[in-house]
Amino acid sequence: MFLDNMGRRLLQGNEAIVYGALAAGCRFFAGYPITPASEISELFSRLLPQTDGTFIQMEDEIASIGAVVGASLAGAKGMTATSGPGFSLMQENLGFACVAEVPCVIVNVMRGGPSTGLPTCPSQGDVQMARWGTHGDHPIVVLAVSSVRDCFSLIIKAFNISEKYRVPVIVLSDEIVAHTRECVVLPSKEEIYVVDRIKPSVPPEWYHPYEADRREVPPMVAFGEGYRHHVTGLIHDERGYPTQNSKEIEAFHRRLTRKITLGFQEIQMTSGYFLDDAEILVIAYGSVARSALSAVQSLRDRGFKIGLVQLITLFPFPRSVVSPLLEKCRAVLVPEMNMGQISREVQRVNRTDCRVVKYNRVDGRFITPKELIKSLLKI
Amino acid sequence: MRISVEQIRRKYLRHDKKFPHVWCPGCGNGIVMGALLRAIDGLSLPKDEVVLASGIGCSGRMPTYLDFNTLHTTHGRALTFATGIKLAKPSLNVIAIMGDGDASAIGGNHFIHAARRNLNLTAIIINNSIYGMTGGQYSPTTPFGSKSTTSVHGHIEQAFSIAELAVTSGAGFVARSTVYHAELMAHLIEMAIEKVGFSVVEVISNCHVQYGRRNQLGGAVEMLQSYKDNAVTVKRATSLTEEELEGKITIGVLADREMPISTEEYEKVRQRAKERGGNVGC
Repeated sequence: MFLDNMGRRLLQGNEAIVYGALAAGCRFFAGYPITPASEISELFSRLLPQTDGTFIQMEDEIASIGAVVGASLAGAKGMTATSGPGFSLMQENLGFACVAEVPCVIVNVMRGGPSTGLPTCPSQGDVQMARWGTHGDHPIVVLAVSSVRDCFSLIIKAFNISEKYRVPVIVLSDEIVAHTRECVVLPSKEEIYVVDRIKPSVPPEWYHPYEADRREVPPMVAFGEGYRHHVTGLIHDERGYPTQNSKEIEAFHRRLTRKITLGFQEIQMTSGYFLDDAEILVIAYGSVARSALSAVQSLRDRGFKIGLVQLITLFPFPRSVVSPLLEKCRAVLVPEMNMGQISREVQRVNRTDCRVVKYNRVDGRFITPKELIKSLLKI
Repeated sequence: MRISVEQIRRKYLRHDKKFPHVWCPGCGNGIVMGALLRAIDGLSLPKDEVVLASGIGCSGRMPTYLDFNTLHTTHGRALTFATGIKLAKPSLNVIAIMGDGDASAIGGNHFIHAARRNLNLTAIIINNSIYGMTGGQYSPTTPFGSKSTTSVHGHIEQAFSIAELAVTSGAGFVARSTVYHAELMAHLIEMAIEKVGFSVVEVISNCHVQYGRRNQLGGAVEMLQSYKDNAVTVKRATSLTEEELEGKITIGVLADREMPISTEEYEKVRQRAKERGGNVGC
C-alpha cells in the first residue's frame, strides 16, 4: 500500500496533513467544504476507502465533529478539518470531546476573520479561540504547523497526544502552509512512532469508564467490545453517570486539568535557533516562524546576537522553555498575523524586565523576512 | 410470550445507576422506554451490540438508565454521533432517541440529512409538543394557538409533522404511534430496528405538566384518553377527507421502501478504490 513507502514527494501542506494522519492510523474523516481546507477532505475521500477507512461529507461542521467523536467512541481514530467559520461551529461538540475525554484531531487552516472575513488570505487570528473557544474550563492541546514537512510529522504527534491523554488536539495551520508546495522526504513506516489509546486491563464487571490511572487518564474501551458504559456531556462520576455531588464535580475538573499538567513536559514542543548567546529573541509560530528564521539567520550573519524560538505547541503555553530565555534577553519580538494573541501569553510568563515587542500584521498579507529585519534593527 | 415488566427491569436497567429518574409521574417517556426494551428483547439483540444515543431534554436522559452502550450527546446532535458510530462499526445496532425540539428544531438539519443519507440507523422521536425540561416553551410541534411559557398569548406558528418530514426527506421506514398504543409502538420499533436503512418512529407523548396543564388538556390519563380517541390507522386515514382528519393522529407505518443504504454503497466505493489501487494522491 502507498503508506508503506512514501519517500520523496512534492506536496502541499494540506496533502501532507492527510498522509501524516493516515500514517498515524487515522481511519475516519468527516468534514464540510471550506476554503482553504478543502483539499484535506478531497484527498481523504480518495485515500480512505483504500485503507478500509471511512470518509463522509456531513451537512455542516457541527455534524462533522459530532461524527468524528462518534467514530472515536466506536474505536476509530478520527479527525476533521476546517477553517475559521467552521471552527466556530465546532466549538459545541469540541467541548463534548473535552468533557467526555474523546480523542480526536481538529485541523483549522486559519484564514482572515472574524465571520466570513477574508477568504482566503492567511491569518493567525484563531489562536486564543483554539484555546478558549468552547465554553467552560477545559483542557485542550493546540499545535501550530509551519512547513509541509511539519504538517506530516505534527499531525502524527497530534494523534499520539490525543490518544495518550484522551484530549482533543487542535492543529492550527494557515493559508500559506496549506497551499505551499514543497519537496519533502517522508519517513518509512518503521520510522513512525504511533501511540494508541490504552485499553482497560480489568474485566467488564470491574470497569469504571472514568476511573483514571496514575497519569490521570482513564483507560478507554470502544462501544461494542463488551464493556457497556455510559458517555455523557454532563459532569460525571467515575462510572460515567451524571453527578451533582460537589466533591465529585471538583474531582472531575481537577483531574481533567491535572492530566495535561502531568504530561506537560512531553506536550510542550519548541524549536530553538541561536539561543546560546542571544540578547534579542524572536518568538514565532506557524508560517511566520519561517520568515523569522530567515530574518534571524541574516542578522546573525551580520553579527547581531539574536535567536529564535519557534513554538510548536501553543497551548498549554510552553512557559518552562520561554520564561528562562526571557530572563537572559533584553527584548523579545513576537511577530504574528493577528493583533497579538501569543504576545499576551509571552507577557504573562515574563518575570523580568525583558521588553516584549509586538509585531502585528492584519492586512491579509504574509509577514516577510525583510520587514522583520527592519523591525528587529529598531530594537 | 412478551417479557414481563419485572423481567425487563432486571435484565435491562442499570442497577448501579443513581435512581430515581428525572421524569415526572405519568410521563410518557417511561412507556416509550418500555416499548423500546420489549422491541430489543423481541429481536434478541445482544446488549453489547446495542448503542443508544440521545440528545438533550427529558428524552435525552433515557439511555443513562439502560444497560447498553449509551451516549448522551449535545442538543440536537444525537444523529451526528450515531452516524460516526455506525460508519466506524457497522455491526452495531445504533438507535437514536430524541425529543421534538431536539430532532426538529436544533437538530432539524441533521435529521433531514440522516434521512436523505439512508444510513442503517433507527431514530425514535418522542413528540410531546413542548420543551418540557426547560420549563414549557413552544417547540416546532406545538399546535397553532396553544399556550406555552413563551406563547402565553397563543402560539402563532404552524407545527411540523415529524413523520411526514422524514418521509419527504427520504427515510427508508417511517411510522407513528402514541404512548397510548404501547403494544403497537413496541411492534413498530421492532420493525424499525429490523429495517435496513434509516428508520423513524415518531411517538406522540404526553407532557401534562408543561403542556397539558396550560392548555386545559387534563392530566396524564386524560391526555392518553385523547390519543385513544383521536388516533386513526394509516389505512383508515386514506378513506377520510382532510376536514375529517383535522386533529386526528395517523398511526401505523407511513413509509416502508427499499433504497440504497449508505454503508453498503460505501463498501462498493472501497472495492472500486482498491481495484484502482496504487497511489491516487497528488
